[in-house]
Amino acid sequence: MDNTIVSTIQSEPLMPHETSEYEPYEHVYVPQHRHHFETEDQQREAGSFGMWLFLLTEIMFFGGMFFAYLLFRNWYYDAFVTASNQLSVPLGATNTAILISSGFFMALGVWAAEVRKRGLLVLFLILTTLFGLAFLGIKSVEYKEKWDKHHIPGASFDVSEFVNPAIDAKTGKPTQKPLAPDAAQKTQLFFFLYFAMTGMHALHMIIGIGVLFWLLWRAQRGEFSAGYVAPIENFGLYWHFVDIVWLYLFPLLYLINRHPLK
Amino acid sequence: MGISPVIWQFLVKWLTASALFPREASTIAPYMDALYVFLVGMTITGLLLVGAILVTFSIRYRKSVHPVATQVEGSTLLEATWTIIPLAIFLITFVWGALLYFRIYNPPVNSMNIYIVGKQWMWKAEHPGGQHEINALHVPTGQPVQLTMISQDVFHSFSIPEFRIKREVIPGRYSTVWFQATTPGDYHLFCTQYCGTKHSAMIGTITALSPDDYKKWTQGSTSGTSLAQNGERLFASMGCNSCHSGNAAARGPNLAGVYGSRLQLTNGSQVLVNEAYLRDSILNPSQHVTAGYAPIMPTYQGQISEDGLIDLIEYLKTLNTNYRVQQTLTTSQSDQAAPPASGMVKP
Amino acid sequence: MTTHNLVRGSNTIINLPDQSTAEIPKRNFISNEHGLLSWLLTGDHKRIAVLYLISITFFFFIGGAFAGLIRLELLTPQPDLVASDTYNKFFTMHGVIMIFLFLVPSVPATLGNFLIPIMLGARDLAFPKINLLSWYLYVIGGTLTLTALVLGGVDTGWTFTTPLSTHYLNTHVVTTATAIFVAGFSSIFTGLNFIVTIHRMRCPGMTWFRMPLFVWAHYAASILMVLGTPVLAIAIVLVALERLIGIGVFDPTKGGDPLLFQHLFWFYSHPAVYIMILPGMGVISEVISTFSRKRIFGYTAVAFSSVAIALFGFFVWEHHMFIMGVSNYSALVFSLLTMLVAVPSAIKIFNWAFTLQKGSITFETPMLYAFGFIGLFTIGGLTGVFLGSLGMDIHLTETYFIVAHFHFVMVGGMLMAFLSGVHFWWPKMTGRMYPESLSKLAAVVTFIGFNLTFLPQFILGYLGMPRRYHAYPPEFQVLNVLSTAGATILGVGYLMPVLYLAWSLKYGAIAGANPWQATGLEWQIQSPPLTENFIEIPIMDHEAYDYDWLEHKTQPEVTTVG
Repeated sequence: MDNTIVSTIQSEPLMPHETSEYEPYEHVYVPQHRHHFETEDQQREAGSFGMWLFLLTEIMFFGGMFFAYLLFRNWYYDAFVTASNQLSVPLGATNTAILISSGFFMALGVWAAEVRKRGLLVLFLILTTLFGLAFLGIKSVEYKEKWDKHHIPGASFDVSEFVNPAIDAKTGKPTQKPLAPDAAQKTQLFFFLYFAMTGMHALHMIIGIGVLFWLLWRAQRGEFSAGYVAPIENFGLYWHFVDIVWLYLFPLLYLINRHPLK
Repeated sequence: MGISPVIWQFLVKWLTASALFPREASTIAPYMDALYVFLVGMTITGLLLVGAILVTFSIRYRKSVHPVATQVEGSTLLEATWTIIPLAIFLITFVWGALLYFRIYNPPVNSMNIYIVGKQWMWKAEHPGGQHEINALHVPTGQPVQLTMISQDVFHSFSIPEFRIKREVIPGRYSTVWFQATTPGDYHLFCTQYCGTKHSAMIGTITALSPDDYKKWTQGSTSGTSLAQNGERLFASMGCNSCHSGNAAARGPNLAGVYGSRLQLTNGSQVLVNEAYLRDSILNPSQHVTAGYAPIMPTYQGQISEDGLIDLIEYLKTLNTNYRVQQTLTTSQSDQAAPPASGMVKP
Repeated sequence: MTTHNLVRGSNTIINLPDQSTAEIPKRNFISNEHGLLSWLLTGDHKRIAVLYLISITFFFFIGGAFAGLIRLELLTPQPDLVASDTYNKFFTMHGVIMIFLFLVPSVPATLGNFLIPIMLGARDLAFPKINLLSWYLYVIGGTLTLTALVLGGVDTGWTFTTPLSTHYLNTHVVTTATAIFVAGFSSIFTGLNFIVTIHRMRCPGMTWFRMPLFVWAHYAASILMVLGTPVLAIAIVLVALERLIGIGVFDPTKGGDPLLFQHLFWFYSHPAVYIMILPGMGVISEVISTFSRKRIFGYTAVAFSSVAIALFGFFVWEHHMFIMGVSNYSALVFSLLTMLVAVPSAIKIFNWAFTLQKGSITFETPMLYAFGFIGLFTIGGLTGVFLGSLGMDIHLTETYFIVAHFHFVMVGGMLMAFLSGVHFWWPKMTGRMYPESLSKLAAVVTFIGFNLTFLPQFILGYLGMPRRYHAYPPEFQVLNVLSTAGATILGVGYLMPVLYLAWSLKYGAIAGANPWQATGLEWQIQSPPLTENFIEIPIMDHEAYDYDWLEHKTQPEVTTVG
């Protein structure tokens, strides 16, 4: 049996064809090249294609919540308007700017990796992380405010502010349109969706920052400064996706009801 | 006989007790069975066709008689054939099924209405005349009956196989189904949507009675007050009449004749007032404010049971005559009526 | 070494090497490394497939045990074996385990994992570590399910209908939901890996239309896994949040909409049916072609019908809700689309049947299972048309008719296909043959047992017996007894393969590289394959299922190393 196996090695490769034109096994260029990929390009393309597909699943994942949001916004328009007005546009806008900056530095990081500048890459990754942390910091301030006002859905949710809004001292008028009690209860749905959506987004950021630390550690060891940049690129895709989700969340949750038509 | 008595008994039971069809006891049943026979025919034909092809080829082209295969690439003509013919059959099924669906879910205008409330794990039937039944429903033959159904807790499903009807009973939303029984008798009522521990005990009996028997049953089992009368008391005891007094200057709109009318709402939309609208405007009033009125009505969510809501709706449906006279009458009556509102939820 | 001359005039194509001299190749993916860790930390798609095969078999028999208990309880009309709560837990565990832990991963994670890289001429899937991760996620999901079971079970039904699951039950809903969530990600990663592999890892010459139909079927199923599963994940998360916080989007008393859950749930769970059946169809294509020595009739039609099923499959979910008070007109649209999705399945069946024409047919075990698949899937598919037809659906839905229908598709179809595939590729995976006559007997026993179990349920369904009933009116007993009797036979039919396949691991005949004389790339390498599959990446210079190429090729294509 052993002989026959040996003999098969010496037999020609699989099919009769011009093997000479085709070099099946190029030697590896970089240590990160995985054995099962024929070429480095194939590995890189597979990686980024895989990342795109993963982002597609993420879109479907968030899509379920966007669908629920649109349905209930349509059903309980007034409650959604009032509840939306509770959110702080300045904080949200600051956060948007911060997140876009973070994405910008991530893009610069990808560039730095491609031109093989280790120092710059590390710097940009640090900036990306810092802006990401700043986003989460501001988000937690917003969450804290909701906590203080009893706007967290659940047993201690308090609708009194929507039914009897604070009276403006100067004009003597309510600061916002009061809601009927039954409509005010529906603000709970808004806040549930607000926490579900921004919470899921924040979870993605936290996971992303975890990965960023890992990439930072690898980057300062110079792993991505020799032509192997796939992890940086793919993480960049992920990070931009998280940005884009926020760019939909911000107008939908904060802005869209600021100037109701009626 | 070497046959075991158990198996023998089983075979006798099989031959005598097993049917392929449930009894046909409603006007819809023959339509359903016709479609079923067509579909079973389609399945058997399809199966025989595929089976015949498999068996014929297996015999003719088995290796011992046909040792070398002849390669065939395929045939566009054949592909088209088995795309178009199944498609045509499926489209016939689609149209046929759709017609039947619309027949089952669009009640005739002259149907009588019975309310069904489902809860874990019983069916409550409420006849407009005030007859209440649990896990039972008496209906007349020869008369279309519409069921307006709602669940107090989880999804249930109201199914009468002998009538070939079924409809999901949904929490927070009325659903309807109708039938016209043809043969007097007792029929199964099943809850077919899994609803918790005693799902399989949420069953009952539908009794179809001839119109005369039905009349006798109605008279014999009335609780004394109709749903509308119950609703009238509830209307007074919940204080609805303080705003919906029927006066021109009242804070709430006049409700006389409101059922079946088209209302203009403050948000500009026009709605048809039906059972679902009335129910929702009691529970979520601020969503349904009639044009010209302020959104001051409080919500009654959690304060009125589904039965109470049904009573109120039945009452509002009768309110198409002089309003104020009735209202005075009710106030005085309701003061004496000891249990003011069977529909009120105990806190 | 195998010879390549077909033995003419006999009734089998099995062509084994001379047993007195044959040996299992010394170097292969199994012997490559030793020790438990070498398996638990492997990146080899073949080893991961074996891990999956062991774990899904384990869960299959747990799920099967619950099926047995259900059938035992239904032997009599009275609720006499167990309490209602226990019975409800039985069918819930049966459904959850069979669907999420057996049917969804069955063919893709075992046979697909093992074969797709080899069929494409690649050394591994694109992401071996993610492949291993998805097995671990599967194991975590399975462990959580077992945890829920041990802690007292769950009785929501596998459909998790709200508000029942969110507000009315005190069982381990959140644990089970987490289990499904985690197992769902296992499925997402498997699908993602397949898509990337199929797009990027095909060997030179392997064009899209030279891929085996097995790969096409997995491609279609993977699209569904990647796009559908996240929606289930979010629906499950919302159910868990609603249970934990008490407010939610699915609770009508708080303004939520229970039908929204139905929409989200079925948006995944209908395509999930195609995730389960499409890979099985892929197996059948390979088997039918091999045992009739012919290229699949209408290759392109079969390939495209898989993709068509995947695409249409996303737009039919509402047919699970026809009686739930959806708008009559949306019901119309979804019924029409349901009719359309039935057509590609019909196309496949006729193409398989016509593949036999002018073939040279033999009836080894995989072929028997494949015939069983075609027959039972025809019934399962056509009874699906009953349920897609709006009016008929009113009477049949939520009864035993629907139970029978999806068991015909899932058990009669998918499980038959799975067993067909396991027998077909067993020699490739292990290097040894299973006992042929015993396995033929098992195939026949399974077929008889299956029909006896589920045919009576069609009649029960039309008579109106609701599904998930613990007790039932006595007039339904005869048919239930028949069904339980059938389940017993079916159980025997499923136990037999486990025993003789285990036996064959040690005592089976040495299979050699290509016992079936099949054309796929996987049959041109040694059995069991090398860790790296190919010594040199092959070049595909012929169409799929090219038996002339196989017969006329001069040298053994087995590029192996000693």
